[in-house]
Amino acid sequence: MSQDNAIETEGLTKHFGDLVALDQVDLAARTGTVLGVLGPNGAGKTTMVRMLATLSEPTAGTARVGGYDIVKDGAQVRTFIGLTGQFAGVDELLTGEENLRFIGRLLGMPTRDAKARARELLAQFNLSDAAEKPAKAYSGGMRRRLDLAASLVGRPRILFLDEPTTGLDPRARGELWGLVRGLVADGTTVLLTTQYLEEADQLAHEIAVIDHGKVIATGTPTQLKAKIGGQSLRIQPEEHARLEAVRGLVAERFPELEPMVEAGAITVGVNDDGIMPALAADLRDRGIALTEFHLGLSSLDEVFLTLTGRRTETDAAAENEEPAK
Amino acid sequence: MTAATVEAPVIHRPGPGATVSQVLSMAWRQMVRIKHNPFELVDLSLSPIMFLLLFVYVFGGQMAGSTSDYLQYVLGGLIAQNAIFLTMYTGTGINADLRKGVYDRFRSLPIARSAPLAGKIFADMFKQVWSIVVMLGLGLLMGFELRTVAGAFLAALVLVVFALAISWLSVLMGVVADSEEKVQIYAFVIIMPLTFTSSAFVDINTMPGFMQAWAKVNPVTHLADTMRGLLSFGPVTEPLMWTFVWAAAIFAVTAPLAMRAYRRKMV
Repeated sequence: MSQDNAIETEGLTKHFGDLVALDQVDLAARTGTVLGVLGPNGAGKTTMVRMLATLSEPTAGTARVGGYDIVKDGAQVRTFIGLTGQFAGVDELLTGEENLRFIGRLLGMPTRDAKARARELLAQFNLSDAAEKPAKAYSGGMRRRLDLAASLVGRPRILFLDEPTTGLDPRARGELWGLVRGLVADGTTVLLTTQYLEEADQLAHEIAVIDHGKVIATGTPTQLKAKIGGQSLRIQPEEHARLEAVRGLVAERFPELEPMVEAGAITVGVNDDGIMPALAADLRDRGIALTEFHLGLSSLDEVFLTLTGRRTETDAAAENEEPAK
Repeated sequence: MTAATVEAPVIHRPGPGATVSQVLSMAWRQMVRIKHNPFELVDLSLSPIMFLLLFVYVFGGQMAGSTSDYLQYVLGGLIAQNAIFLTMYTGTGINADLRKGVYDRFRSLPIARSAPLAGKIFADMFKQVWSIVVMLGLGLLMGFELRTVAGAFLAALVLVVFALAISWLSVLMGVVADSEEKVQIYAFVIIMPLTFTSSAFVDINTMPGFMQAWAKVNPVTHLADTMRGLLSFGPVTEPLMWTFVWAAAIFAVTAPLAMRAYRRKMV
């Protein structure tokens, strides 16, 4: 057991009847860093977080959080963790301020301290203007911020964030990322689960990719991207008829790549930044006009295609799922 | 880099005093909910008001010869019945919180595991007191003759003690059921026959023998007789004793089962 790891699991396993939700997971999060756990719906992310936050017990294996065993010393673990679940744990009838004050009182703070802490968090999370509004009047992003604030009332040193931005628009997502970075800068260790490679890339020092309850890849974002072709180039010709010509050109110039034709565009995973200008010049020389020429991070789907040779079972509907009311 | 073992937490207040404080905080949350949604109190007053008016003015004449005599008999019974129905809302409320993930937050905090459940039960006692005030107030307007004012306070106290105990049955159903509707169905199937096969609304001597045998031991009979004794007429001591025996027995069985089911629910 390393002294530098805030979270450490060994063979962590969870069965629900016949279903193996989590299978022999070994993970570690160094103190003061962010461990990103990346995986599709149903991969076992929430199951793992619930066990680490002492909400449920493992079927087999062990885990230590802050140096304490999650089963034997659960009460101790709960004194220094914070949890923001996938489903909002705030009371919709209460105002933002009351929600936070309530947690403070629950933690044994005198009323005055609980009020002060609530005000402090509302200001930090840019919710002061909405402090007196009931949580049900909050937007999705505000609600997530309030939920995150509620998990921070007791100043946890280790924070579990279970898909904190699922269902949020890009702006709200960016705001939440900023808040998480701030917490890490203050020394908090964060375990974050996500379905978005971009989110893991933005926040995590280390990423573990899990699928069907198993860890299928680990590494820093850079290592992982190198392994899976972290970027994806999308090329859409103006004329649909020239799609095949574009595919042929890519295959001819860069035979090691595997361009795919999808929805009227070519998608190709790339590792080398030099490919983009070279291809742009070639396409121009052949007079192929483009409507899209875009280099972005690989989607989770592409990551999984590379790692497992199959697509995720995450359907488009689940990707766009709104957080539960 | 800091060592993995986290330094002493900012907040650490173990012991029974802390548990009491946590239960009170949980109850505070419930009271704030009522403050933001006062219609809840109107909602929960409607059914006892309708029951009281309908029972007295529809059945009263035939039941007791006059509506005023029946009012004198049935008010205690209706208060007992309503108290038992009210405990159902404790279960449905807990069921809703469980499914929304509110309890996940509670369970990740350094607080007693029983605090969320006990806090909800405790807060719901406010609704019990509210209901008895509404029913007694309406009864007085309808011409009810109160035995003594002290009796009314004692009746409220007995009712709260009984409700505190049997609420655990509702909590058990709230934890076990997978939807609020199911909690309501379970509760209805138990509470409806239980309250009607008692002395709450009629003299049990008019019932057939097998029914009388049950009605005599039915906890609702004892609670209704206690209410009647304290508010209007009849003996108090014996029904009061049996009311507490039943309350203790129901608590002793359902509270541990509810806590066990609650722990299991979370695996």
